[in-house]
Amino acid sequence: MVQPAADNAGRPFQLPRRYRTIVSFSLIVIALAVLWESYKWMGQTTGGVWPGTSLGLPVRTNNRAMPHLWDIVAALFRPARRGGDEILLVTLLEAAMFTFRSAFAGFLVGSTFGFGLAIWFIRSPLAERGLMPYVVASQTVPLIAIAPMVVIWGGQAGLPTWLAVAVISSYLCFFPVAINSLRGLRSPPATATELMRSYAATPHEVLTKLQIPAALPFLFPALKIAATASVIGAIIGELPAGLSVGLGRALLSFASSFSSAPEKLFGAVLLSSLLGVLFVGLVALAERRLIPENRRIAEIPEFAT
Amino acid sequence: MTDFAVSLAAVSMIFETAGGSVHALDDITIDVRDGEFISLIGPSGCGKSTMLRLVGDLLVPTEGNVAVRGKTARQARLDREYGMVFQSSTLLEWRKVAANVELPLEIMGVPPEQRASRAREMLALVDLTGFEDNYPWQLSGGMQQRVSIARALAFEPSILLMDEPFGALDEMTRERMQMEVLQIQKQTGTTIIFVTHSIPEAAFLSDRVAVMSPRPGRIAEVIEIDLPKPRVFETREDPAFFAAVTKVRESLRGFEAFE
Ligand SMILES: Nc1ncnc2c1ncn2[C@@H]1O[C@H](COP(=O)(O)OP(=O)(O)OP(=O)(O)O)[C@@H](O)[C@H]1O
Ligand SMILES: [Mg+2]
Repeated sequence: MVQPAADNAGRPFQLPRRYRTIVSFSLIVIALAVLWESYKWMGQTTGGVWPGTSLGLPVRTNNRAMPHLWDIVAALFRPARRGGDEILLVTLLEAAMFTFRSAFAGFLVGSTFGFGLAIWFIRSPLAERGLMPYVVASQTVPLIAIAPMVVIWGGQAGLPTWLAVAVISSYLCFFPVAINSLRGLRSPPATATELMRSYAATPHEVLTKLQIPAALPFLFPALKIAATASVIGAIIGELPAGLSVGLGRALLSFASSFSSAPEKLFGAVLLSSLLGVLFVGLVALAERRLIPENRRIAEIPEFAT
Repeated sequence: MTDFAVSLAAVSMIFETAGGSVHALDDITIDVRDGEFISLIGPSGCGKSTMLRLVGDLLVPTEGNVAVRGKTARQARLDREYGMVFQSSTLLEWRKVAANVELPLEIMGVPPEQRASRAREMLALVDLTGFEDNYPWQLSGGMQQRVSIARALAFEPSILLMDEPFGALDEMTRERMQMEVLQIQKQTGTTIIFVTHSIPEAAFLSDRVAVMSPRPGRIAEVIEIDLPKPRVFETREDPAFFAAVTKVRESLRGFEAFE
C-alpha cells in the first residue's frame, strides 16, 4: 500500500476516521474475548486457583459458570425451547424489538420532558430553585421499587403494558437531558443576551433564536446517555409487568435456568447490550447530521448536582 | 433637551455585590450631540462599559437620568435606537454570515426578501461581499468584527454603542476598520459612542474625547478634537493630530493608575 506522502508526511499511517471507530471497537471485542477464554483456560488448567498459589479464582471457570464463547454463539442458533423450531437468536431479536418499542417511546417522552423542564427552569428561577432538589432526588429512588407501581397504575388507567414500561423508561431518560439542556440553554455569553435585549427581543425570541440553538450541542451527549438508560429502564420496567415477551422477560426466565443452560442468559445479555449500543449509534448518527463537527461536544460535561 | 442624541444627567451607578458595593460611576453629566463621534477613554475598570450599558438600557442607573432623543433609555431601546458592537464579535456560530446580519431584522419583523437584500447591502458596506454563505468561524477576527458592525447597522439605529470594537485586532486591520467606521458614519449620520483604550484611536476618530478618572468613574475632562473632517490617512501625520494625542495623554496622566 502506498502512503500518500504529501499530507501524511512525518505521521504514521492513519485510517479514515469512520474505519478507525470500527477497527478500535473490533479490537476491544477481540481483546475481551481473548481475556475471557484465557481466564477460563487458566482456571481449567490450575484447577481453579491463581497459578503458583492456593488462592481461589473469583469466578469459577467450568462450562456452567463460564461457557465457551463459541458455545454461547452456537446456542444462539439452536432452538430456544426444547422441541421448538424457533432459534434463540430469533426469539431474542423479537424480544429486543418489543423492548425497543418501549425504550424508544420512553426515550422520546423522557427527553422531551427533560428539555421542557430545562426551558421552564431558565424562564422561572423560582421553579428551578423549588423543583431542582426533587429532580435530583427522583434519580435516587430505586427504579425497581417504582416500576411495579407504574405498571399497576397504568393497568388501572387502561394503558397497554408496553406504554407503562415506556413511562418507567422515560423516568431514567429525563434527568441527563434536563441537566445538560439547562447548561446548554445557559451557554450563550452575556454579550449575546445583551445583544438580543438591545433588539428588544421577546423572551420567546431569545429562546428560539439564541438559547435553543446554543443548547443543541449540549443536548446530544445527554441523549446518548438517555438512549442507554432507556433500554435499561425498559428492561427493568418489564420485570414486574408479567409480560410474556421482551428482553426483561427473557433475562428473567434464562436466569432461572442458568445452571442448566447458562449460554442462553449470556446470549440475552449480549442482545440487551447490543440494543443499547445500536440505540446510541442512532443518536450519534442524528448528531452527525444535525450538528456541524466543530460544534460537537465530545464529552458530557460533569453533572452539576 | 431633544437637541441631544444622548444626555446623561448626574448619573451614578453602584453595584451591590456579595463582596460589598462597588461605586462604578459617580455624577456623570454629559450631552452627546446628534451625529457626533464621541470616545470614552480611561483606566481599566473606570466604568466605560458600564456607562455604555446605562445608555443602552442594559443597566439602570442607581441615581440620575439618561435621556435618548428626549425619551427614556428604555423607550429608546424598545424603539430600536441602539446598535451595539462589543470587543468580541458575538456572532451566532450556527448562523451563516448573512443570517447573522439578518438577525435583528428577523426580530423586527422585516420580510425575508427585504432582509436578504439589506444584509447584502450591509455586507457590501463593510467590504464583505461574497462571504454571505460562510460561517463565522471561516472568517478572520477582523472580518468577524466587520460582520458584527454590519449587523449593528442593519436596522439603521440612530445610535451606535461600540465597546472596544477593535481591541482584539492587529494594528493594520485596526486602522482600516477605523477608516471604514468613519466612512459609514458619514454615509449614515449615526451618532457613535465609542469606548477605547487607545489614545491615537480616540484622537483620530472622535469629535470629542471624554477622559474618565479611575473608580468611582467620573468625567475628568472633555477634549474637543480640532481636526478637519473627513479624517484621512494623512491625518495621522498631521501635527494637529499629534497635538490632540498629547492633549488626551496629558489628561490621562493625571491618574497614576494609567501608567
Ligand atoms: N454587573 C456588575 N456587577 C458588579 N460590578 C460590576 C458589574 N459590572 C461592572 N462592575 C464593576 O464596575 C467597575 C467598572 O466596570 P466596567 O466594566 O464598566 O469598566 P471598564 O472601564 O469598561 O473597564 P475595562 O477598560 O477594563 O473594560 C469595575 O470595578 C467592575 O468590577
Ligand atoms: Mg469595558
